[in-house]
Amino acid sequence: MLELHGVGHRYGHSDFLFRELDLRVDTGEIVALLAPNGRGKSTLLRGAARLQPFTEGSAVAAETVGFVPQATQVTFGFSVFDMVLMGRARHLGPLTSPGPTDRERAAEALAATGLSELAERPFPSLSGGEQQLVLIARAMASEARLLLLDEPTAALDLANQGVVLRLLIELATDGYGVLFSTHQPDHALAVATRAALLAAPRDLRVGKPEKVLTEEALSELYGLPMRRMRVSTPDSDELRIAVQYT
Amino acid sequence: MVRTPETTASWAGSTRRLGRLSTATVMVWLAVAAIGAGVLALGFGRLAIPPDVVVRILASQIVPLEAGWSGTEQQIVEAVRAPRVLLSMLVGAGLACAGAVLQGVLRNPLVSPQILGVQSGASFGGALALLLGASSVLLVGGAFAFGFLALIAAMVLSKVHGRRTVLMLILAGIVVGGFFAALVSGVTYLADPEENLPSIVFWLLGSLATATWDKVAIAALPVLAGVATMLVLRWRINILALGDDDARALGVEPAVLRWVLLCSAAVVVAGTVAVGGVITWVGLVIPHIVRMMLGPDNRVLIPACVFLGAAYLTVMDTAARTLTASEIPLGVLTALVGAPIFFVVLRRTQARGWNDA
Repeated sequence: MLELHGVGHRYGHSDFLFRELDLRVDTGEIVALLAPNGRGKSTLLRGAARLQPFTEGSAVAAETVGFVPQATQVTFGFSVFDMVLMGRARHLGPLTSPGPTDRERAAEALAATGLSELAERPFPSLSGGEQQLVLIARAMASEARLLLLDEPTAALDLANQGVVLRLLIELATDGYGVLFSTHQPDHALAVATRAALLAAPRDLRVGKPEKVLTEEALSELYGLPMRRMRVSTPDSDELRIAVQYT
Repeated sequence: MVRTPETTASWAGSTRRLGRLSTATVMVWLAVAAIGAGVLALGFGRLAIPPDVVVRILASQIVPLEAGWSGTEQQIVEAVRAPRVLLSMLVGAGLACAGAVLQGVLRNPLVSPQILGVQSGASFGGALALLLGASSVLLVGGAFAFGFLALIAAMVLSKVHGRRTVLMLILAGIVVGGFFAALVSGVTYLADPEENLPSIVFWLLGSLATATWDKVAIAALPVLAGVATMLVLRWRINILALGDDDARALGVEPAVLRWVLLCSAAVVVAGTVAVGGVITWVGLVIPHIVRMMLGPDNRVLIPACVFLGAAYLTVMDTAARTLTASEIPLGVLTALVGAPIFFVVLRRTQARGWNDA
């Protein structure tokens, strides 16, 4: 369980990006965070993961929090396996190197993301989707039970977006709590148990995706007319957002 | 989550390969190369001593052996060549490791021990001591004091608005290095051309010609302490090399770790400058060659740098003292040989181990 109490952040003396926000993420659920560019989605996630302090408010986590960055610019071509293995750092003393147990955990995490065959490949040689999965595996290897993902599908093609989203569902089924940011309302409708819409700096609307992600709210948020429609096939019945771009 | 037994098993040991050799095999060969270079170097010189005699002289230090060699041979190996060979091994291993660590910590392939200004600072301290005609104790002390002053100056200058970025640290190091390089020029300008200028210039060019057991002892402490720290922390260098955000996300506080590693690199570099002057290119060339053979994992890279750095500088120093009748400054030789090697290696392997994206 991760709880944000009255969090707010501003850089220097500029206006607050957001303020007095509360959010709770439980294990076993997927929360999608939506907001336009520059509203502080990344800042909110980074604060929740304690990569940087909030200006005000507090973040409390009952389990270990794992942060999955959007994309990692690596200078060195570490192997995929070594990348995942680095997730073990928090469980090792400062003077120790990973042992057999750590290698086993890393192998498990890699297997869970279906990338075992790429273990020896240099990380930079992987596609964007594969890299994202490796970074998720790294967070899993750290035994985090709460995963915070910063736009995990942003740079991916449709097939890879599907791979990542299905993995998020699997993770929640396995008992992970997932909080991810996205620009795609469809992704929230497809996988999230709850959506959090940062409509204004002090207005975070949290609830069931179909309740929060209304035509009015989304149209206003992104400044584009949107229609929400029901797409029915014999074996599914889903809500989709259609955007009028032009 | 499904774990397939065979995948786990294959990762029980390190499986990265150079061609068809395992990492462990390459490591053993590098160790053999280092020891072999040392033994051969002890035999090379005006009086050539066969390697088997060298080995027996060395063995006689531990186990009693019937002396099948002359007293001169024993004297040359023990008192003249052994300290010099040991010193070249220490300095070579130290510089190679310092270079590898700095490249990882600063996340930049073109960083060498010259960056951060430590080498320039230490050489200024040493040159100043020589200018003042001070004792060798002061030379060592001066090299250490100014080497650390340079590191601290770079750390202070790189802090802008309470934040320190790695790029700013590199730039601050270049600034500090340039400043101390100018001071070194000032010292050589002020030096008496008859008296202390030759010794200052020769020392600045980098040389192990004046090796003694005392100097071995002086270099051993900082180099061994620094390299030991790097070896102990070598896996954490991987994490630091990912960047500060990733490190924090993985539960590692980057600032403290970076400070410890930069300090150990500075200790090593100052130690090598104190006994051998400015020896360039070793810290740049050796880590790159090792990365290209064994990959970028610092768990393998750092120990491999110990062996290859020791072997390389021993070969270079032996060449420096035996190629011509008079001594070639070692720093000149390492640069002359290092630069083309670096270029060839980079081209042939197309910078494997670095992300060229």
